[in-house]
Amino acid sequence: MKTTQTPAPVPAESGAPVTKADIPPGPPLREKKEGTVLNAFSHGILVLWAFMVVMPLLWAVMTSFKDDRSIFSSPWSLPDTLHFDNWSRAWTEANMSDYFLNTVLVVGGSLVGTLVLGSMAAYVLARFDFPGNRFIYYLFIGGMSFPIMLALVPLFYVVNNMGLLNTIHGLILVYIAYSLPFTVFFLTAFFRTLPTSVAEAAFVDGASHSRTFFQIMLPMAKPGLISVGIFNFLGQWNQYMLPTVLNTDPDKRVLTQGLVQLAVSQGYKGDWSGLFAGLVMAMLPVLAAYIIFQRQVVQGLTAGALK
Amino acid sequence: MQHGKYRFIVGFLALPLGLYALFVVWPFIQSIYYSFTDWTGLSPEFKMVGFDNYSRILDDEIFWKSLQHSLLFALLLPVVTISLALFFAFMINVGGRKRRNGPVVSGVRGSSFYKIVYFFPQVLSIAIVALLFAFAYNPDSGAINSILRGVGLDGVQPLWLGDPDLALWAVMAVLVWSTVGFFVVLFSAGMASIPAEMYEAALLDGAGRATTFFRITLPLLWDTVQSGWVYMGILALGAESFAVVQIMTTGPGGPDYSTTVMVLYVYQKAFRDGQAAYATTIGVALLVVTLAFAAVVMRLGRRERLEY
Repeated sequence: MKTTQTPAPVPAESGAPVTKADIPPGPPLREKKEGTVLNAFSHGILVLWAFMVVMPLLWAVMTSFKDDRSIFSSPWSLPDTLHFDNWSRAWTEANMSDYFLNTVLVVGGSLVGTLVLGSMAAYVLARFDFPGNRFIYYLFIGGMSFPIMLALVPLFYVVNNMGLLNTIHGLILVYIAYSLPFTVFFLTAFFRTLPTSVAEAAFVDGASHSRTFFQIMLPMAKPGLISVGIFNFLGQWNQYMLPTVLNTDPDKRVLTQGLVQLAVSQGYKGDWSGLFAGLVMAMLPVLAAYIIFQRQVVQGLTAGALK
Repeated sequence: MQHGKYRFIVGFLALPLGLYALFVVWPFIQSIYYSFTDWTGLSPEFKMVGFDNYSRILDDEIFWKSLQHSLLFALLLPVVTISLALFFAFMINVGGRKRRNGPVVSGVRGSSFYKIVYFFPQVLSIAIVALLFAFAYNPDSGAINSILRGVGLDGVQPLWLGDPDLALWAVMAVLVWSTVGFFVVLFSAGMASIPAEMYEAALLDGAGRATTFFRITLPLLWDTVQSGWVYMGILALGAESFAVVQIMTTGPGGPDYSTTVMVLYVYQKAFRDGQAAYATTIGVALLVVTLAFAAVVMRLGRRERLEY
């Protein structure tokens, strides 16, 4: 690492460096030295941050294989033997298997619902002119910026009155409703970019509006659906606030809730190693999915904030 | 055909709009209405009390504490997170030195590795991240203090989440940890669309890294930075701060309410203390803060749009 990008193309003898006016031209030697120091420093920070991201995760994995005593006595030592029993205990006794199943059911249902309902609304809003179109669009969009917590108190009573409190399908409906603003926003923009000619041709050939939508437009919108689907999947899988309020039945808990409850009850009977095993169990699937589908995940998530 | 069109529109909009109106819009309108009542949330009876709840806020010490902390979350967190992310993204995308036959602008060695790793925390649930760090911060057996012991700093063993002066900072650090990666990737995407000729020209003019960053990258990226700022601020005022504060700090809300934030206070008033009406009033205050925050950032950040 000897030179920085202070480039060779401008050697001192190449005539009057008029263009250098903005930068005080220091003696080249010092510049080089400074550059090296800065370079090492910058690289150092990059490496340091990578460490800071990975270490807590590795620590959690390591701890999940240790027995309770060594967790407390020597937090950073490697496990003496791999205590796989922590994992099986967490899976069965600490109900991680139930939490997993609940989460899969809730997220599965709401993801499908969000994508179907969201794309239906977005398609209509993007492609049809009718009175109130703009109003409905902005009504959906407005939901992106207001604090959910404000609606949560009355929402609790709405859900309660409908008899949907502490039910999986109730949670699914609420998840869908709160995922719609961004989904509609994103997909409306996406449907606008799709060519109209194909849909028009299908329509002229006698396909109904809904048939045109399901058989022509939806397949064409696949890239957009994947992006917004990943965004919603992560958001719904990681949801904590909605289930905390709307889902107080211990049997219906989702992963995040279940883990927090376990921790609150002192790692069920002081079983810290089991708790760590549960924690790692909840982290691994999403981390694995991210590593495999890295490109799509990043696109899906950043598309959200960029648009 | 016209008839068919409207039937189709209604048919397609009815369900999504209905769900949205029932579970999002209606509770939202209700909560503003409830803020003028004395509703406890426990019984269906309540009466209108005018602005009583709002004047009660003025004397509520804990409310002001939570407002202060929420503002700190909304203003300081984005500054730290976005600055770090800008630095990392610049190093990863532009900071590399020119290699022979390589592109003019490139990232440092291993940049794609950094991009993948930095993003890890973003895919984890904030609740799980909060739990993990609650253990790491444990004063006796947590990972952080034992590192301090390991490097010979036996005397420095902070209580972290148990110390009223430290708890808030410890919690905020976790949010920085979990969000920086997202912005690195977001800014990387923005930087990738800046034309290489611009950098080339700057390099020919002898600009160093800092100059390149402040004169070229930052101005051209400004729109993304600004929307990222608003996005982060809204998160920090809402869901994310709720999870970290509720899960990590004792109480919850910390020793002597030292870490309480507005969302948490809404939650506690409604579901712990049975003061639903007052909770919605704090919620309205939170809405005002959120909107004001977004407006201020948009206004302060307004610049002439740069075309390239």
